[in-house]
Amino acid sequence: MSVLVFAENRNGKLKKTTFEALTAGRGIADKLGCELLAVVLGTGISSFQNELANFGADKVVCVNDPMLENYSVEGFAKSLSEVVAAKKSSVVLFAATSLGKDLAPRLAAKIGAGLATDVTALDVKNGKLTTIRPIYAGKVFATLEFGSEIQVATLRPNIFTAAENPKAGNVENIAVSPGNIKALVKEIIAAAGKKLDLSEANVIVAGGRGLKAAENFKMLEELAEVLGGAVGVSRAVVDAGWRPHSEQVGQTGKTVSPTLYIAIGISGAIQHLAGMSSSKFIVAINKDADAPIFKISDYGIVGDAFEIVPSLTEELKKVL
Amino acid sequence: MNIVVCVKHVPDTASRIRIGANGTSIDTSDISFVLNPYDEIAVEESLKLKEAQGGNVTVLTLGGENASSSLRTALAMGADEAIHIKAENWQGDSYATAKNIANEIQKLPFDLILFGKQAVDDDNLAVPQMVAEFLGIPSVTVVVSLEINGNTGKAEREIEGGKEVVEFSLPVAIAAQKGLNEPRYPSMKGIMTAKRKTITTIEATQFEAKAKIVKMEIPASRSTGKILGGVSELIGSLKNEAKVI
Ligand SMILES: Cc1cc2nc3c(=O)[nH]c(=O)nc-3n(C[C@H](O)[C@H](O)[C@H](O)COP(=O)(O)OP(=O)(O)OC[C@H]3O[C@@H](n4cnc5c(N)ncnc54)[C@H](O)[C@@H]3O)c2cc1C
Ligand SMILES: Nc1ncnc2c1ncn2[C@@H]1O[C@H](COP(=O)(O)O)[C@@H](O)[C@H]1O
Repeated sequence: MSVLVFAENRNGKLKKTTFEALTAGRGIADKLGCELLAVVLGTGISSFQNELANFGADKVVCVNDPMLENYSVEGFAKSLSEVVAAKKSSVVLFAATSLGKDLAPRLAAKIGAGLATDVTALDVKNGKLTTIRPIYAGKVFATLEFGSEIQVATLRPNIFTAAENPKAGNVENIAVSPGNIKALVKEIIAAAGKKLDLSEANVIVAGGRGLKAAENFKMLEELAEVLGGAVGVSRAVVDAGWRPHSEQVGQTGKTVSPTLYIAIGISGAIQHLAGMSSSKFIVAINKDADAPIFKISDYGIVGDAFEIVPSLTEELKKVL
Repeated sequence: MNIVVCVKHVPDTASRIRIGANGTSIDTSDISFVLNPYDEIAVEESLKLKEAQGGNVTVLTLGGENASSSLRTALAMGADEAIHIKAENWQGDSYATAKNIANEIQKLPFDLILFGKQAVDDDNLAVPQMVAEFLGIPSVTVVVSLEINGNTGKAEREIEGGKEVVEFSLPVAIAAQKGLNEPRYPSMKGIMTAKRKTITTIEATQFEAKAKIVKMEIPASRSTGKILGGVSELIGSLKNEAKVI
């Protein structure tokens, strides 16, 4: 038996969420009394050994294969299914990144495993995984139990804290046959000027219709820059064409759980809250004292964003 | 081109959700249900492709009796045929749902299967990839741009900080993200003709759930915090009390 964590890498670097998943996996492996394995697919991947060992991997399973250099859901699922069989894994964990969310269900279907996506808590009960996941856009928390022998879960980013826990992490090379791949990533287009993705940001400065025009988001970018965060928006802003949908937070946008979420000129509609109410600290800046966003905020300032935001940015520059 | 669009009947996103007496599903008594917002985008894409390249659009749902109203909406938008896999109070997981859907699609001619990116009730993004796996076809999810040229195609999918360009061969399963298109409203004529279109019904097969909801809870609501006097007070609180900066 083993717990397997999928180690996601992009541009020669492991993702931060991989360490979160490893730490969560370490806890599960200890409870089950089995080994924790990290699995890496692609080429030039044995260089990740030290980092994976440092975050708790007893073993690092490397599948060195040029067919896996670019992501394909078919090739990755087929390869992982062979690793799961070879290592008799009973629990397989992914971070709920765009890749993890795409891949985990396909693997689960292939190996007949039960699946829990976007999990915010996990534990072991009667030798099996149990998980909690938000559904109905976070309006409900559902506890899931598994009937299947193998259990697959994707973990929501920023919920599980990564902790170092050095283990041997010896490399084991496994050969697989990625199979017949009929859809393959040919190219990656980076969004212009964007450094940090919303789902990975620790601080999000979000703006709503109250900002009144596209050019006023410059003000939010400056605040986000000082805080080392990213800019998010409400749907009203996307609908107005001021910012792209990739920045939308909410039920039909992204679900985020940063340490700090600053909502500026956002009223706090239920669909917006759905995407951000699991943030650790929420600050609201709104000129309407009755705006629903204040009901779920830790701190609020009632006032005009056009006065408050620039002064907040200036003051923060002095102390950070 | 033969296109199948999978649509789900889900609670309106503005609904207040309460948990039902059994503790493992929601109380649906005061809730209005709609065609899943992402599935509207999938339906729109099928109609655009049909208009440009010719073909036939079949919409398919798995759900209770009432789910037929979402099929009617899709028919009113312009879909040609509908299949209703009936399952009252369905508590199956994504695996069981996908198995039923794949088994039904297998009986049809299909080149393209369109899905929404996620059902806004279970928020999974799982059924499309699972159906594709069961049918042995490629899948691309979170798609914001789609081109089909004969037996191959190209899609852009949203990822962290950018997009991936994916090339694939048909048949293929595609899960639509917002931004792919702007769904049309059904026209009056569409609504009238939809009434005359037939919906084929079959019963769902119960598969043993591999993952099962054993409990539902409403999360504790966040308590209302403090209204502060201004910027310096805010910075002080974030630094000393919250310790987040
Ligand atoms: C199917 C569906 C899905 C949806 N999905 C989402 C989603 O994913 N994300 C999302 O955000 N919404 C979503 N919505 C829309 C949602 O219902 C709201 O319409 C939207 O969130 C409102 O955006 P807003 O708060 O920016 O605008 P408004 O509600 O118009 O609020 C603007 C706020 O700015 C304040 N303001 C104005 N001027 C100033 C100023 N000078 N200084 C400070 N404050 C000021 C006002 O007091 C007001 O509170 C969805 C709706 C539907 C039907
Ligand atoms: N019961 C269902 N009937 C038809 N299609 C479904 C059903 N459940 C999910 N789907 C499709 O799969 C997509 C993703 O759903 P999910 O994996 O449940 O988040 C939806 O947008 C639909 O296109």
